[in-house]
Amino acid sequence: MTFSELLEISISTNLEFSEVILAQEMMETGRDPQKVKKALRKIMHVMLEEAEKNYGKEFNTLTNLTGNNGAKLSNAVPYMMSEFNHVATVVAISMGESNASMGRIVACPTAGSCGVMPGALYALKYIKKASDDELLKSFIVASGIGNVVAKRATLSGAAGGCQAEIGTATAMASSMITYYFSRDPVKVGNAAAISLKSLMGLVCDPVGGFVEVPCVKRNGSAVNVAIACAEMALAGIESVIPFDDVVNAMYNVGKSLPESLRETAIGGIAGTKSAQEIVEKIREKWDSKN
Amino acid sequence: MGLLEVSGPVMIGPSSSHTLGALKIARFVYKLMGIPQRVNFVLHGSFSMTYYGHGTDRALIAGVLGMKPDSFDVKDSYEIAKMYGLMYSFESGDLGDVHPNTVLIKAWKDDLYNEIEGSSIGGGAIKITKINGVECSLTGDFPAIVIVNKDKPGALKEILDCLSVNIANVYLRRINALEGIALTIIELDENVDDEVLRCLKRLDNVVELYFVKLEEGELL
Ligand code: SF4
Repeated sequence: MTFSELLEISISTNLEFSEVILAQEMMETGRDPQKVKKALRKIMHVMLEEAEKNYGKEFNTLTNLTGNNGAKLSNAVPYMMSEFNHVATVVAISMGESNASMGRIVACPTAGSCGVMPGALYALKYIKKASDDELLKSFIVASGIGNVVAKRATLSGAAGGCQAEIGTATAMASSMITYYFSRDPVKVGNAAAISLKSLMGLVCDPVGGFVEVPCVKRNGSAVNVAIACAEMALAGIESVIPFDDVVNAMYNVGKSLPESLRETAIGGIAGTKSAQEIVEKIREKWDSKN
Repeated sequence: MGLLEVSGPVMIGPSSSHTLGALKIARFVYKLMGIPQRVNFVLHGSFSMTYYGHGTDRALIAGVLGMKPDSFDVKDSYEIAKMYGLMYSFESGDLGDVHPNTVLIKAWKDDLYNEIEGSSIGGGAIKITKINGVECSLTGDFPAIVIVNKDKPGALKEILDCLSVNIANVYLRRINALEGIALTIIELDENVDDEVLRCLKRLDNVVELYFVKLEEGELL
């Protein structure tokens, strides 16, 4: 299924876009749309609950390379960020840190990228006072966007680099925000395309292989990319290259990334001298514990 | 893959392959035989390299204790294992030409002993690759019946005759030629009812019977 097919169905049937996505899901998987909707609502509630619970908290993470960044940002009065961005960023970082300390997260679309969607979702709910039903529609649209990437490319950092994980999460979050404000599937496509293009080529380079550095802060910056791209799309800016083509391009870029930049902790920042020293120290600490 | 797999699952972090997948493999042991008294985990490849920083150890223990992937208890599984009196040990080992994220779990409970080998193949998906030395390929997304049976002509037919549901895959191998014992693994499309299990238990050729049930909500 391509995004342009979804768009065509929505134009020819005049159905609300989240309904189009649920109907298409039924065609592909045979799953009852009402059940899928209910399950997605549950997932969305877990996201909001965890965002609320973990907002700006300090965490004792598995490697202690992160853990207090969400707290720092939430305690700071932003110099230039809007309240919406600030809240979204705190949540995105806090969820990344909660993940790294074995908290409960939603792998939306993956564990490493688990902060971007809740960041945008929580900001919509608490800053924009979005209702549950309106949020859910936008959340379903975001899931549909993620599904297009899953079907036509990959969501795995090991296969496609971080552009596939955090890149997809960003496209999803941007679509969610855009749909919430515009109810316009065409704008959603633009937001998704512009976001994914912004993070095209992003490599997967976790220090020591652990989902902390750069993952946690990358979630924080990515949610701002999502917001900025949504703002562009809402203003009527169009992506010259349509979303489906961007997804194909992302897939091809992922395939041409060397293995050292696909979750192997060999290249990128994981390959730096400082990263290697840090990992060395962590291992020593563990060895002395055992 | 569908919307729910893209926007989910709800899980305990930090890694779908090293935490969630590990838990699911270990949970297969629990589903097979309940909580064992003693377990030994042999970690292969990337599982042995980075397990501590991904909480793989806690996820494995959580799994054999029967915890679900989104249970807040996963983080505290060491303490909870103590409450159950579960004895555990970890070692690194070379399991041969297998997926980099592979674990072999040896589990003891009363006079039962089982060995389960499984791989975490990415995105939280798993494959159970060996049960008591018999190669198989179970996804854990379907129910399965594992039978230790006498290796006699007609034994398999008797077993299959008891089953009234669709059979997805059958794996079978002699595990002890001297005693004439074989292991039969049957992956099913759907859960079976008690009548089927009673039918199987009644068979003379069936020595041990395990039913790995698919729980409500595991798919949808
Ligand atoms: S760097 Fe790799 S492990 Fe970290 S979030 Fe990105 S894809 Fe996931």
